[in-house]
Amino acid sequence: MLYIKCPYCGMRSQNEFSYGGDASIKRPELNKEISNEEWDNFVYNRKSLRGKHLELWQHLSGCRQWIKVERDTATHEIFNTYKADEEVSK
Amino acid sequence: MQKYSIFNLVKNAFSNHENWDLAWKDPTPKEEYDVVIIGGGGHGLATAYYLAKEHNITKVAIIEKGWIGGGNVGRNTTIIRSNYMHDENALFSEFGMDLWRKMSQDLNYNVMFSPRGIINLAHSDAQMNAYARRGNSMRLNGIDAILLNREQVREIIPMADFSENVRFPIFGGLMQPSAGTARHDAVAWGYARQADSMGVDIIQNCEVTGFDVIAGKINGIRTSRGNIKTKKVGLCVAGSTNILAEKLNMTLPIETHLLQACVSEPVKPILDRVVTFGAGHFYISQSDKGEMVMGGDLDGYNSYAQRGNLPTLQHVLTEGIAMMPFLSKLKMLRTWGGIMDMSMDGSPIIDKTHIDGLYLNCGWCYGGFKATPASGWTFAHTIAQDRVHELNAGYSLNRFSTGHLIDEKGLGTKTWIS
Repeated sequence: MLYIKCPYCGMRSQNEFSYGGDASIKRPELNKEISNEEWDNFVYNRKSLRGKHLELWQHLSGCRQWIKVERDTATHEIFNTYKADEEVSK
Repeated sequence: MQKYSIFNLVKNAFSNHENWDLAWKDPTPKEEYDVVIIGGGGHGLATAYYLAKEHNITKVAIIEKGWIGGGNVGRNTTIIRSNYMHDENALFSEFGMDLWRKMSQDLNYNVMFSPRGIINLAHSDAQMNAYARRGNSMRLNGIDAILLNREQVREIIPMADFSENVRFPIFGGLMQPSAGTARHDAVAWGYARQADSMGVDIIQNCEVTGFDVIAGKINGIRTSRGNIKTKKVGLCVAGSTNILAEKLNMTLPIETHLLQACVSEPVKPILDRVVTFGAGHFYISQSDKGEMVMGGDLDGYNSYAQRGNLPTLQHVLTEGIAMMPFLSKLKMLRTWGGIMDMSMDGSPIIDKTHIDGLYLNCGWCYGGFKATPASGWTFAHTIAQDRVHELNAGYSLNRFSTGHLIDEKGLGTKTWIS
């Protein structure tokens, strides 16, 4: 069982959350010429890192906020959690 | 190579079975190979075997970080089927079914292929319609499919829950009688033994640390046991695909996720089919030892852990008990996990890449084991001829940018959507 510290509600069990994937992916900007490759990278291509991974989770059965979680994909250790709009320095 | 036969078995009995040849050697890596296959799992071993057998390319090395058969080929639920709707998947898998039927003779190794049939249960009228459609598509592609009503399903699997007041009543099901199971380790060992006998070097405990790419062409690989020169490299590394892709500066439409399976204590024969639950994701069969072999959903978040988490296991087994209540009386014997190369449309990739001499075989999601022979056969063709075979033409890497997705069930990495 993972325990995730929601920045709004505090420490909660994994069962209350749903996963949202890689949080480092940025949507191509609006009103700009966008190549197929850029769309590809946004929609499909993922690094799927082994080790420290910044990812989105939603506190679905709680405050329903989207949050960012920094987690190790090999050990499942959670280093830090952030609000969705917080900038995370690498 | 010593043939495995009743005569050799009797002959070796006189010397207490102490004089059998090793099934495969333990060679040190040579300086150069015509083809290097990275990954000594089912697909890698099968690829090497078909390179030697179908294309006479025997200067081949299989580079395996751990030991052969220690990854997903030894961790799956051994289900073999071709009950797909889309042509790409159906024709590819049915070609594989043919290889499965001949495999024990072909490899001179008993892979215990057991075509016991698979039943996908339906729990609503809409699902029955969808299954009728899929069954018709299968039959058009020459695959056997039978649509069963509730009573017909009850005759075959009376131990399922047919009571009136259940949340997901069984309306019927779609059966592929020729589907089944096989002994998964034997598949890896059988391919390894034959490949080795034709001159393939199976190099275990050897990790790939990098690639030599010169002017867009593969020139060799770097490993923990020295550099190896080669013009052709095939990647068959399932859940480790992204790790090697990073060394090649490639980003792929693949995420690595964890899939669990488990077995109960062994019990007397009760279930002689493979059965899947249609209102969730759960599949079950009974092994020859009597264990109920079960599996279901991904853990749901990127993982390289190779071991699972309890919430998903609980969820999966809840579905199992809803479908077959007797399971609640059984004790769990073992649970384990493997890391899956989940592609974004749920279908695999067997293709060339933008690097000359680098070939990609990945994205097997939930269905890698049953694809072992067809994957090896088509991948060997792709590598040997430097072009894809028509059977794997649909499994292209660029289908994601061109929009030619094969969304059989739409079950890729995003399980939270389904």
